[in-house]
Amino acid sequence: MSHTHDHEHAPPRPDLDDTMTYYRVMEEAVRSLLIEKGIVTADEVRREVENMDARTPANGAQVVARAWVDPDFREQLVANPKQAIGEIGHDIGPMHLVVLENTPAVHNVVVCTLCSCYPRWLLGRPPDWYKSRAYRSRVVREPRAVLREFGTEIADDREVRVHDSTADMRYLVLPLRPDGTDGLSEAELAALVGRDSMIGVTEVAPPLRA
Amino acid sequence: MSRFAVGDRVRVHDLWPPTPPTHVRTPHYVRGHEGVVERICGTFGNPEELAFGRRDAPRETLYRVRFRQADLWPGYDGSAADHIEIEIYEFWLSPAGQ
Repeated sequence: MSHTHDHEHAPPRPDLDDTMTYYRVMEEAVRSLLIEKGIVTADEVRREVENMDARTPANGAQVVARAWVDPDFREQLVANPKQAIGEIGHDIGPMHLVVLENTPAVHNVVVCTLCSCYPRWLLGRPPDWYKSRAYRSRVVREPRAVLREFGTEIADDREVRVHDSTADMRYLVLPLRPDGTDGLSEAELAALVGRDSMIGVTEVAPPLRA
Repeated sequence: MSRFAVGDRVRVHDLWPPTPPTHVRTPHYVRGHEGVVERICGTFGNPEELAFGRRDAPRETLYRVRFRQADLWPGYDGSAADHIEIEIYEFWLSPAGQ
């Protein structure tokens, strides 16, 4: 089909692969120096990226579901998270984890106001909003308003407790088990637990009725 | 040996700008405020030294300190029961009232 030019074309969009930002140039320079000096190999860097991408919130969800069905595990998870999580097969690496139990009296929510500290070993990479200045500055100042924007309404007589991950600890929220889940298996429970509930900006919703 | 115990009331130093300028992990919004030690996290490398490659600097005790939201923010409009918990190194803390 011929293409006649009786109309104006929009200007071509700039190539989006031109992402040579300051920090990318710096990363490439440091990486190539490390490889050149024999400190790491290109394959080790690639494998580490692969490992990072393999971590997903499903790991955290499995931990939460186990805590819901096994009171002994739950107790150990709060007292000694690294050991408890190791026993169900997840190595959380050098991370120092604090597990925050939601209760009918307390709702917990996590932020890193200074950067974007996040329990990557359990939840994978953080969502973009977690790193945004808007979330980081507002959730400490007006947590209830921010939670409302996520669709989460916390009753006035329930404490909202914000945890600012400023230094060496990382945080996992242990959400409340929703009503109507008595008959569910551990795997079915884990499927209900989303990333945002483990950051604390949502609660876990009951399963949809068929 | 940690200087403070769980339950102690502490005050965060109100230093700005830090002298000399350094890499600080104590956000502004808690400086000069009083809170309660929630737990002792252990000892860690001091980020204010590590940021400059000084890896042999002494390790520092890290605390989690709980603040009332109503104490931190004028006109806080949530519940009076709301709190913030945050990690602070020992050298940023004094006993409350000092």
